[in-house]
Amino acid sequence: MNTLVQRFSTTSAQSEINKAKALAADDQDFDDFAWGSEAGFGTIAKGVPTFSLPAVPDPRAFLRLHTDDHADPNCRIKIQHGTTTLAFRFKGGVIVAVDSRATAGSYIASGTVKKVIEINPYLLGTMAGGAADCQFWETYLGMHCRLHELRNRERISVSAASKYLSNLVYNYKGMGLSMGTMICGWDKTGPSVFYVDSDGTRLKGNLFSVGSGSTHAYGVLDQGYHWDLSDEDAQELGRRSIYAAGHRDAYSGNTCNLYHIKEDGWHFIGNYDISKMHYEGPGNVPGSENVGYGYDVRVVGRSSANPPPSAPTPVVAA
Amino acid sequence: MSIMDQNGGSVIAMVGKDCVAIASDLRLGNEALAVSSNFQKIFPITDRIYLGLPGLATDVTTLKERFRFRVNMYTIKEEREIEPETFAHLVSSTLYEHRFGPYYVEPVMAGISKTPSGGFKPFIAATDLIGCLNYAKDFVVAGTASSKLYGVAEGLWEPDLEPEDLFETISQTIMNALDRDAYSGWGCIVHVLTKDKVITRTLKARMD
Repeated sequence: MNTLVQRFSTTSAQSEINKAKALAADDQDFDDFAWGSEAGFGTIAKGVPTFSLPAVPDPRAFLRLHTDDHADPNCRIKIQHGTTTLAFRFKGGVIVAVDSRATAGSYIASGTVKKVIEINPYLLGTMAGGAADCQFWETYLGMHCRLHELRNRERISVSAASKYLSNLVYNYKGMGLSMGTMICGWDKTGPSVFYVDSDGTRLKGNLFSVGSGSTHAYGVLDQGYHWDLSDEDAQELGRRSIYAAGHRDAYSGNTCNLYHIKEDGWHFIGNYDISKMHYEGPGNVPGSENVGYGYDVRVVGRSSANPPPSAPTPVVAA
Repeated sequence: MSIMDQNGGSVIAMVGKDCVAIASDLRLGNEALAVSSNFQKIFPITDRIYLGLPGLATDVTTLKERFRFRVNMYTIKEEREIEPETFAHLVSSTLYEHRFGPYYVEPVMAGISKTPSGGFKPFIAATDLIGCLNYAKDFVVAGTASSKLYGVAEGLWEPDLEPEDLFETISQTIMNALDRDAYSGWGCIVHVLTKDKVITRTLKARMD
């Protein structure tokens, strides 16, 4: 029955693949060998990339059983989840700030992950959830944004680009895709930010934060956010919010990557060590008072419980 | 997630030449949320025995008091200080009393014991949560970063280190292991025990 439904359904991933195969058949000379692999971007001639699916009657139910961790946190295929990413829109453009930690359980697998994906010079995507899913589909999105430019002789709007992505991932709903991303950019309408996730949610907004550290980041972000923020203060707010999350959240930390999108496209502002920000501040950068963000600098020397660092280190004699 | 990982935290002890060292992180968390950066997990038992208790924070606090009570009773009855070997057995039997409903801690002990000839000998030991004793000649580890601590310690430890060199070795070991563990960190404390003094230092650690 499932196979029957799938064959004649017009919306399932399987039918997309069937359609693509039919298209490819018309496209005489392009077979898989010509491009090395079916999932490679070379398959653009076919319309959608195709993937090998589990050889079971209902691959979607199979994948849901084994990968979807909303339903079952103990499922066997685990995907990286700890992260803090944020993006907000203000009069001077869009600020995008992310941390750089990758964890597998309690193990910190990497402290130098690039969680901002540079889709094209005007569009940035952030990475939370499955690293491979975000990387692949946002790069793929970049390809289609370029095709849009060639077809229509103008840049794609952030709204259209994000809708393209959300429609795309919706086709794979229930098959274990995991991504929580913000598509940010500057188009005809000015700066804009869209939240897109693998459930198919797509939201337009001024301010978003995604990941395990998002609550910590929202705390600082909400408190300091204002539409009329200066460029420097906006950048500082992004840094300070990621620091707050990196400090408190076990799954976020190491460094902060900061981007600013203006009318002429995105600019990489810098990479900041979160521990260094705690003790010394982000360094001599615009918008910063260049003092540590840490709690210590606000209490040291204020009471006998917090003596100044000049106090001798305790040496206990036996 | 295991109940042993609820609050996070790690301890390591190492043997040197006529000295021992014990170190821990200072984090107290509620799963991923870090709550305190000054939660002590290492407690002095006598002038020559230090006990580290990584694990479930509520049991850390309970057991600390329980061991204080039992060591005081021992001292009064025997009219002498407890020796590290004896204390290790006290820890072991206290934990095994709760074989079928254990305290969720993995104690690590470091001490200097007196030999019958009047000399001193370094002593370290660890037990699992129901009291299986593990003596080691080099180092013992426990807590959420234990696997990472093993890795770094295997690489850095060497026999017969003087107190200052042992301090450097244990500090580098714990700091580097903690940087790879999400549930440990937020500060470090190191105690180096010799026959006539204890050196205690807090280290400036990463705060993420």
